[in-house]
Amino acid sequence: MAEEEYQIDLGNLTAFDPHHQFSSLPDNINREDLVKECIAHGTKLIQAVADALFNLPSTEDASGPVISLPPPATKLPREKPLPKPKPPTKWEIFAKKKGIQNRKKDKLVYDEQTGEWKRRHGYDRVNDDNGLPIIEAKMTDEPGVDPFAKRRSEKKQRVEKQEKNRLQNLKEAAKVGALPSHVQLAATSLPITGTQTAPRKVGKDELQNVAGMAATSTASGGKFDKKMAGEKPSKHDKKYRKFLPVVEGSGMGSLEKQQSDKIVNKLMAKNSHEILNVGKAVDMYNAKSDKKRRNQQGKSSSSTSSKLKVKKSPYKNASKKKPSNKGKSK
Amino acid sequence: MLKSNTNKQSKPMLSIKTPKSLRAKRALEKRAPKLVELEKKTLILHGTKTSNTLNAVLTEIYHLKKDNSVKYSRRNDNIRPFEAGGETSLEFYSLKTDCSLFVFGSHSKKRPDNLVIGRTYDHHIYDLVEVGVENFKSLSSCSYDKKIAPLIGSKPFFAFIGEGFENVEELKHLKEVLLDLFRGQVVSNLNLAGLDRVYVCTAVGSNKVVFTHCALRLKKSGTVVPKVELVEVGPTMDLVVRRHRLPDESLKKEAMKVAPELIQRKVKNVSKDAIAGKIGKIYVPDQQVRSTPLPFTPKGVKRERREAKAKGDDKHSEKKQKKQKQDDEASA
Repeated sequence: MAEEEYQIDLGNLTAFDPHHQFSSLPDNINREDLVKECIAHGTKLIQAVADALFNLPSTEDASGPVISLPPPATKLPREKPLPKPKPPTKWEIFAKKKGIQNRKKDKLVYDEQTGEWKRRHGYDRVNDDNGLPIIEAKMTDEPGVDPFAKRRSEKKQRVEKQEKNRLQNLKEAAKVGALPSHVQLAATSLPITGTQTAPRKVGKDELQNVAGMAATSTASGGKFDKKMAGEKPSKHDKKYRKFLPVVEGSGMGSLEKQQSDKIVNKLMAKNSHEILNVGKAVDMYNAKSDKKRRNQQGKSSSSTSSKLKVKKSPYKNASKKKPSNKGKSK
Repeated sequence: MLKSNTNKQSKPMLSIKTPKSLRAKRALEKRAPKLVELEKKTLILHGTKTSNTLNAVLTEIYHLKKDNSVKYSRRNDNIRPFEAGGETSLEFYSLKTDCSLFVFGSHSKKRPDNLVIGRTYDHHIYDLVEVGVENFKSLSSCSYDKKIAPLIGSKPFFAFIGEGFENVEELKHLKEVLLDLFRGQVVSNLNLAGLDRVYVCTAVGSNKVVFTHCALRLKKSGTVVPKVELVEVGPTMDLVVRRHRLPDESLKKEAMKVAPELIQRKVKNVSKDAIAGKIGKIYVPDQQVRSTPLPFTPKGVKRERREAKAKGDDKHSEKKQKKQKQDDEASA
């Protein structure tokens, strides 16, 4: 029948019948019958798919006939975005330009010196840099240079250069979004301590301050130094010296009298008797002597056990005060 | 006045982090986006409240897709797929378990026995379908011959019946999602002995789909094609479509993109012959005898030059002689 044109998708093993209509309304028939009808109709559809499937050319395998399925017709969305193609590395660009072909290297290389086949990398390798006992001196060699150390440093430089190039290639790939999945580029955090602190970038203000500081060490305090183009005039953050006016009357508000009075009072205060707080002086002296006595007692009692010794009352010596200097002036 | 320190080697501010073990590297490569994608994994979880039927539904879906799904057993209160902010947890789980399909079950008075089936693209919600489960019949309640029970991971047949799947937008969407959910791996070589399950979906009415899982029995018939018999085995349920959210147009376009390398372009001028093998025609264009560009040798100039030389007022040879004289003087 023309109606029963099922849409068959072999890649997904799907059959779709868009024309089927139920003989009776689904509400009228009970559940069991509905399910049975569904399954019966499903059987027809699956039979159609199986027809198409088994008619495909098959190869015999141990477990059964194996067929090659066509790709699915219904397109379903991807779960992850398409991977972006990697941009060529700097070496790849260069090799392409020059037409350099990549040659596969052998694991074993013939060593001329020993006359045997040695491996290219690893233990006892062919051109081992560290294994040279003697390095012959050339005419171009400088006298004081250690050739072994020189070789080592050269290798280290080559390795560092390669690492830098590798990082650059990865950065280029990361810019496009084509970083390989197992690589992450992480910003290195600056170490808190240690000798390898990153060089701090000096700001514009700091540079100006430093220049100013250096200038103040000159004889005239950096006032007459020739400034470079664009350099701002030196700042003076401190107070300026205050000089009294030359002509001024004497009276209450005269500044010169106030200034000299201030100085004289300060000087006199140091040598004046009235300043001595006798009571405080006495207390200080007593406290000092008490402390001294206590220490002496402590030293003598350290030989005998403290448990046996009767604890002396700390107040006992209060009556044995030395003659105080109260009221007496020196 | 001040010079910056240029001699010191500055440390690179970026460092390359690679996994320290091969195992970690393999795990990362597994999760990386690929040109041809592998099976989609499913995450099964539930919300604040679930009913008995819903629990059974979720466990049965998990059993149907045992080897490529993850089932969470705790309840998740803060997941609301259809709300603006309620999907962050889902996206996070999708990222952590590398699952691009999820089945979220919840039960409430307004929406009893609710299942939200959703897909993610790049671990962000792509589309959602909300269905209610009715008339659920579980695996254990169907009695069948245990020998024909379908094995885990076998590729299923699908049968979609009903014009609703073509006309009603929600049912069309549900059809696509169900296909994606139960499809399994996309294979190019299939062993016909291993086909043993069928999913039958019938569109009844404008929003209801009867979903059945059956086992397949192939019986001998006279021809190469065996006779197909379906036995109801697994869960049977009525799915009532409640809400759905279609993907953004731009997102859909991006997700449906196929890598240009994979599109098979028709190779022209290749044909197969039983006797000669692979043959192609060489098309020789017509020779244009009149308009062929000839090599440019101005023959006419020679005679003029000869005559001029004979006369003696040849400018070109004069110049040449002068130059030769100068060269001789310079070298001497």
